[in-house]
This record gives sequence, structure tokens and C-alpha cells, in this order.
Amino acid sequence: MSALALILTLIFVLIPLFLSKTLQLGLEKDTLIATVRSIIQLFAVGYVLQFIFDSENILYIFLMVALMIGAAVQNARKKGASIRGITWKLVLTFVVIEVLTQGILLGLHITPATAQYIIPLSGMVIGNSMVLGILFLNRFTSEVSSRREETELILSLGGTPKQAIQHSLLASIKASTIPTIESQKTIGLVQLPGMMSGQIIAGADPLQAVMFQLLILFLLLTTAIVTSTMLGFLSYPTKFNERMQVID
Amino acid sequence: MIQQAAITLQEVVYETEENKIICGITGRFTKGKITAIIGPSGAGKTTLFRLCNGLLSPSGGNILINGKEILTFDPVSLRRHVGIVLQQATMLEGSVRDNLALPLQLDGKELTDDEAQRMIQLVGLDPDILDRNSRDLSGGQKQKVSIARTLLNEPEILLLDEITSSLDRVSRQDIEKLIEWINRETGTTVIWITHNLEQAKSVAEEVWVMIDGRIAEAGPIEMLDHPENDDVKHFVMEEGK
Repeated sequence: MSALALILTLIFVLIPLFLSKTLQLGLEKDTLIATVRSIIQLFAVGYVLQFIFDSENILYIFLMVALMIGAAVQNARKKGASIRGITWKLVLTFVVIEVLTQGILLGLHITPATAQYIIPLSGMVIGNSMVLGILFLNRFTSEVSSRREETELILSLGGTPKQAIQHSLLASIKASTIPTIESQKTIGLVQLPGMMSGQIIAGADPLQAVMFQLLILFLLLTTAIVTSTMLGFLSYPTKFNERMQVID
Repeated sequence: MIQQAAITLQEVVYETEENKIICGITGRFTKGKITAIIGPSGAGKTTLFRLCNGLLSPSGGNILINGKEILTFDPVSLRRHVGIVLQQATMLEGSVRDNLALPLQLDGKELTDDEAQRMIQLVGLDPDILDRNSRDLSGGQKQKVSIARTLLNEPEILLLDEITSSLDRVSRQDIEKLIEWINRETGTTVIWITHNLEQAKSVAEEVWVMIDGRIAEAGPIEMLDHPENDDVKHFVMEEGK
């Protein structure tokens, strides 16, 4: 794509600005901030990636992944503020997901061990894990509070904290994982996934693009279930004290 | 002869960040007897039960169960030993049978069909109800299932929190007879929070009147006929109207 072509794409920003102004939606400021931020952030990432790809230094790959994990933790931790030690629980979850997925991809030579593959795939895995983590924490917090009576009933009958919270825990894991599974059922029918579309536009063989997209989809299935399960099992003990009482 | 105490409270205090709910209670519940706890709403009666069952821990003072400090009990065995039937009779999703099976299931055991039928009949319900969805039961039926569920743990001390408040007169009398029978036949110590003075007088041998987180007066049930404390006199007169 030429520089002129890129400038012309700003027409797609002018249309919402015009409509927002005409309909007095008040979205002009946010639209402008979003546009400027996306331009700066994406170009910055583009230059950083180019530098890392050219240098082929493994340390830079680690740093990039660490940066992604840090940003994901920062975003997700606000949703789990009521859970003690949520920051380290999120760090552990994202690190395990990253090690597990890259371990399988690189260990079985599914993808080459180069920055060009490791960084974008890590970004997708950690990004999705972050969204899943936020979904899970939202659901888990509301489940625990709405099922407080049930939890205390089970404790009062001699159940352990794990038995008492099992229903809330499993319901939250299930609820946060379902959207990933559901979206995969309609993929390709309603819309072409972003990465696949990008590859096809960039001139890749559509079947190659499909194969990579399938890799991503399967990767995200693992990401979804492992993220919710890990966060769930790390978080539930913080809802109880050592006398097996519910902590408010 | 000094009668043994099932539960002894020594200067027990329970406070949250905002309120002091139990303000230094000292007293004992006699082993093998039925004791009624009465008092206005907000007196701390339910909190006292939650402290005795280990769902809460006191902020100060000691609670002894059969002479042993409560903190020396493992929470799971404490809660099986000191059973509680809560006022709201919460039912879990599933059938009545599933709900009855819960205490055994939590202990890794199974509820036999014979036992399920025996327990459901014991609380005055028809065995046909076993396969009904527990959420479809009436308030009274839920309360009876809730009692049967707690009894399956065979507690030595039974805490009943306003368990007949949603029942009609006949069901209430059935439950009173059942609790008296359990107390007589098994020697289970029963502590019963009730707002109904007549019920307290008909089932209990001893009574505590709680007001504002304290024991205003305690003694044999006959005490309710001639209370000494002015607040208790006032409460008894209001409730007796």
C-alpha cells in the first residue's frame, strides 16, 4: 500500500466525524483520539517489530512478550480487584499460557522459531487470554455474590470451600469459554477472520491462510479454557479464610 | 447436680467494621435440652448461631463446644457436629432427593432410597415429593426438606433459626412434635430461635431473651411469665399482644 493510499483511508475517519457532528452524537473528540492513538501505536509497534525481526536476538523476543504480559495484566487486574493477589495470579496464568502454547508450537515444529512467528502468535494468545480473564473475573465475582446463600449452606452442612464454591466456579469457567466456542462455529460463514483476510489481501495463498487461521482458532480454544480454569482455581481460595468462612 | 453444657459462651463479642452485633455474651446451653432464644429483630440471634456453627468467628471471647474450645475443632467436623437449619431454607438446583443427599455427598457417601424415604416421612412429607424439583416446593415444604437435610448429618447440637415462621399452624405443630421427638429419642441438644412466645413455652425448657446483642435475661422457660428485666417485660408484653 502506498503512502497516498494510506492517507486516503482517512476518508473512513471523516465519515464518522461528519455523522457525529451532524447528529450531535458528541463522538468527535473520542474518534480523533482513537485515530491518532491507533496511528502512533501501530507505527511504533511496526518499527519495533521490524527492529526485532532484523536483529533476530532472542532477548528482544522475550522483552516483547514480557511487555505484552505486563500490559495484559494491567488491563485485567482492575476487574479482579476484589481477589487478593490478582496481579500475580494473572501473571502466572499468562506465563503458563504462553509457555504451553509456544512450547507445543515450537516443540512440535508447527511454526518456525523466529520472531516473525513467535511475536504475533504470542500477541494473539496473550490478548485473548486477557479478554477471557476479564470475562471470567466479571462472571466469577457476580456468581460468588449471587450464590452467597448456597455457598454458606454447603459450608454449614460440612462442605469444604472447594465444594461450596464449585458451582460458581464451574459456571464462570463455562460462561467465559462459551463465546470462544460459539464464535468458532460460525467462522467463515458470517465473516472472514481478520488475520486470514489480512494474509489474503497481502497476496498469500487462501488455503495457506486458512491453515494458519485454523492454527489460531485451535490455539485460542486452549487459551480460553486454560485461562478460565487457571484463574478460577487460583482465585477461589481467596474467597475463604483458614476457618473455611466466606470473606466479604 | 450441675448439668453439662453443650455450648458455653465466655464474653463473646462479634463486631463488623460498622457495628457491634454481639456485645460480650456469657452463658451456657444445657446439654440434651431444648433452649429457646427470643428477642427483637437485630438482637444478634442469627449471628450467635453462625458463631456457634463456625460460619463466623468471634472478634473476642471464647466459645466452647462440649467443653472444648471451638478453634480446636476442624471446621468441617464442627459444622457436622453443630447442625444449623437456616431461616431462608435455601434449596440447591435439582430434585428434593439431590438436596437431601447433599450432606452425605459432601462426605463422600451416598443416600440410599430407604434412607431418603425414611427422612422425608420423618419430617411429615410424602415420599412422592423426592423426585420433584426442589425450587417448585412451597415455603413450608422447603423448610421441612431443609430440616431433614441437616438431620442427615446426625448433629449432636441442632440450631434452628426461625424454622416455622413460614409454616401454617398444622405444619408448625408437626415440626414442633418432630423436634421434641428428636430431642427425647436421641438426646440432641436443640437451640431454637423463634419469634413465637407460645412456641417457645410449649417446646423449650430454658430460654434466653436477647436484646441489642446482649442476654437481657435467661433462665427456665417459666421466667417468661414473670420477667425481671424491664426490656424483657416490655418485649414479652408486645409479643404477647
